[in-house]
Amino acid sequence: MEWMIGLQALLQATVRMAAPLTFTAVGETYGERAGVINIGLEGLMLIGAVAAYAVAFASGSIWLGVLAAGLAAMVFGMLFGVVTITLGANQIVAGAALNLVGLGLSSFIYRAFFGTVTGRAIQPLESVKIPLLSQIPVLGPVLFEQNMLVYLALLLAPAAALVLNRTMLGLAIRSVGEHPKATATAGLSVIGLRYGAVAFGALLAGVGGAYLSVAYANQFVENMVAGRGFIALAIVVFGRWSPMGALWASLLFGFTFALQLRLQAANVQIAYQFLQILPYVATIVAMILLRGQSAQPKALGAPYTERA
Amino acid sequence: MSEQAPRLRLAGISKHFGPVQANNDISLEVAAGEIHCLLGENGAGKSTLMNILYGLVRPDAGGIFLDGRSVAIHSPHQAIELGIGMVHQHFMLVPTLTVAENVILATRPLLSLRRLRESVMWDRRAIERQVGDVVQRYGLKIDPRARVASLSVGEQQRVEIVKALYRGVNLLILDEPTAVLTPQETTDLFKTLRSFAASGLSIILITHKLHEVMAISDRVTVLRDGRVVGRRATRETDMHELAGLMVGRDVHLTVEKTRARPGAPALVIDRLTVVGDDDRRLLDNLSLQVAAGEILGVAGVDGNGQRELALAITGVLRPTSGDIVANEQSLIGRTPRQIADAGVRHIPEDRQQMGLILEFPVADNFVLKTFDRAPYTVRGLLQPSAITAYAQTLIERFDVRTPSPALPVANLSGGNQQKVVLGRELDSQPRVLVAAQPTRGLDVGATEYVHKALLAQRDAGGAILLISTELEEVLALSDRIVVLYEGRIVGEVSGDRANAQQIGLMMAGVQIAAQAAEHGAGVHQ
Repeated sequence: MEWMIGLQALLQATVRMAAPLTFTAVGETYGERAGVINIGLEGLMLIGAVAAYAVAFASGSIWLGVLAAGLAAMVFGMLFGVVTITLGANQIVAGAALNLVGLGLSSFIYRAFFGTVTGRAIQPLESVKIPLLSQIPVLGPVLFEQNMLVYLALLLAPAAALVLNRTMLGLAIRSVGEHPKATATAGLSVIGLRYGAVAFGALLAGVGGAYLSVAYANQFVENMVAGRGFIALAIVVFGRWSPMGALWASLLFGFTFALQLRLQAANVQIAYQFLQILPYVATIVAMILLRGQSAQPKALGAPYTERA
Repeated sequence: MSEQAPRLRLAGISKHFGPVQANNDISLEVAAGEIHCLLGENGAGKSTLMNILYGLVRPDAGGIFLDGRSVAIHSPHQAIELGIGMVHQHFMLVPTLTVAENVILATRPLLSLRRLRESVMWDRRAIERQVGDVVQRYGLKIDPRARVASLSVGEQQRVEIVKALYRGVNLLILDEPTAVLTPQETTDLFKTLRSFAASGLSIILITHKLHEVMAISDRVTVLRDGRVVGRRATRETDMHELAGLMVGRDVHLTVEKTRARPGAPALVIDRLTVVGDDDRRLLDNLSLQVAAGEILGVAGVDGNGQRELALAITGVLRPTSGDIVANEQSLIGRTPRQIADAGVRHIPEDRQQMGLILEFPVADNFVLKTFDRAPYTVRGLLQPSAITAYAQTLIERFDVRTPSPALPVANLSGGNQQKVVLGRELDSQPRVLVAAQPTRGLDVGATEYVHKALLAQRDAGGAILLISTELEEVLALSDRIVVLYEGRIVGEVSGDRANAQQIGLMMAGVQIAAQAAEHGAGVHQ
């Protein structure tokens, strides 16, 4: 029965590692369906991570930290929006700049405020057992013995799918990423829809970053996002621009993170550096397998200017 | 009181873009139940005027009155609320969505908690039924569940009309609605529009085609250079008068040409197949021949393989299989440059994207295909004086109206831009010329010029493949005509025996040849 316990631990870690990816990728799915690609997710996650940690440390409330992370990332998301949506700048360049800002600013804030503090760990977000359901063998602990943010991530994806596919708002978002001019002539605001989608995406990237500092590591470490923002971009493609697809893809990538941790812990005779690159290799392989995908929103990355 | 006021009155509308006066003091009245044509050449200001009415452009001066009430329209949203609908020339439909989704887009609150029932579409079938009701009430024949991408152009246009009707319009604007339709689809559309008008809907139809004005409208307003140059009741005018008003001088509506004297085949295409990214056959086993000294016209509705045919011959697109032979050399596997050097030249369908580098001066555009050779380049260095001298001779020969060969070609009018392309492609006396949509977007005068240049090239012994979606143009110029439908040639007729009706049916994919043969056999019995 030892392998059962090993499997259970592996899957539990999979879900735990998938949660930050799910937040970020579901948010980015909305942004991209509206026609804006934000490659600055990595930077937004770092801003979220440091904001959540700082506020949680100062206030003692993890949830206040998560809220602060979402708002902080949203502010930077709106800045990105001003540059790309209103001013029509290149989205890739603006996103790259956002990554640099996020990396520099999060490290700066951390060093400025916590450089001399000792005992920097915060009270971890504890896991909540759901009665009855958590008793199910294997699956119970995997799905129903997690912290609240994990539950939130698992519920977020179907809710986001519902809004996208079954509401007038979702219809408008899907339209604006495919054919912004048609959306405008139907009487909707392209600019407004895109700002909304970008702000929502940034908010979720902030929460994804917050997860890493306050629910996973219980502290902030410089550059702790470690490429997850870029993996989330790949997940959006892998999930074919759908929220549920993003959830499944997040679990898949979460599995590679969990697996490399388990293999390290099991003392496999492979240099740990090779194990650590597993998720990133998986990302590259996934992108190669998915080349030439046509589910991509038609107007993705193209600035919209109102001109007759 | 407001009963007598016209449905729409535009009073003194003016609009300028930079130094260009697009609309100059334009006034216009449309009554309830009237079909009103807005006639004018490209650049006459028709689209600007309608964009003002639809809230896409703000006028500098002038007033808009609906049923006698002065209104200000700042956005399409407002225009829709006021009962104005617009069918754009380039359809404003989202191809990945269904017909029903396209129709209901933006017709209800996006996400309102108080009106949640309207914001949420639990039951797709209920929405499809609602849209289906509108479709049926107006007899338009569209499946609300179909994905727009899978519809024909004619069907997509009906979706646009349904979109307007669903929003309850009482003034419908159609911008060049027949540009993408077969003659039969046009007839159907006109029938539909007439029944709408009979039920009280006012319709404005933007067009530059005279026979359409005569066929459908009650009244017509003619625009030229941003001004109203004539208002007529359609019954009291004729095509000749309208053409004169539109162009500003007397015009000949027909092309004069002599009989062709075809020689040996100069371009031979054998079972050419092009398969697209989505595994669709864009060209399907297509074979044709063009002889020296003849114009072969390729008729067809836009998007049936015309683009691919032109690009495959000129080497821009690599065909999947088949052979293309010009002057007894196969062109397969050669670069566009090698093909041009082999005497196969190209007037591309989009001169601004493929034909010219707009930011470059006129002179440089003339040598785009020869700039690296003597006398334009000597020992690796460009020779500006030689290039300018050459440009000067072509500017004179092809009557390009430009103050200087150093002017960026972007500053020229469409007609003069096309003359630059013509000059570059025809100066080398090519044995084969692929002319794709050679007069698209040109005014009557420039069109006449291009037609004469093509006929002169033919009479000098050139083989010309004329690919055009303007059926009148194909009929006027071609010595033989083939009809392209879904990448295949579905019929061939000789130029002097062609009639629009018959070709129109073939453009819609109806196999005439077989029917005609059966009919012929019947007669013999």
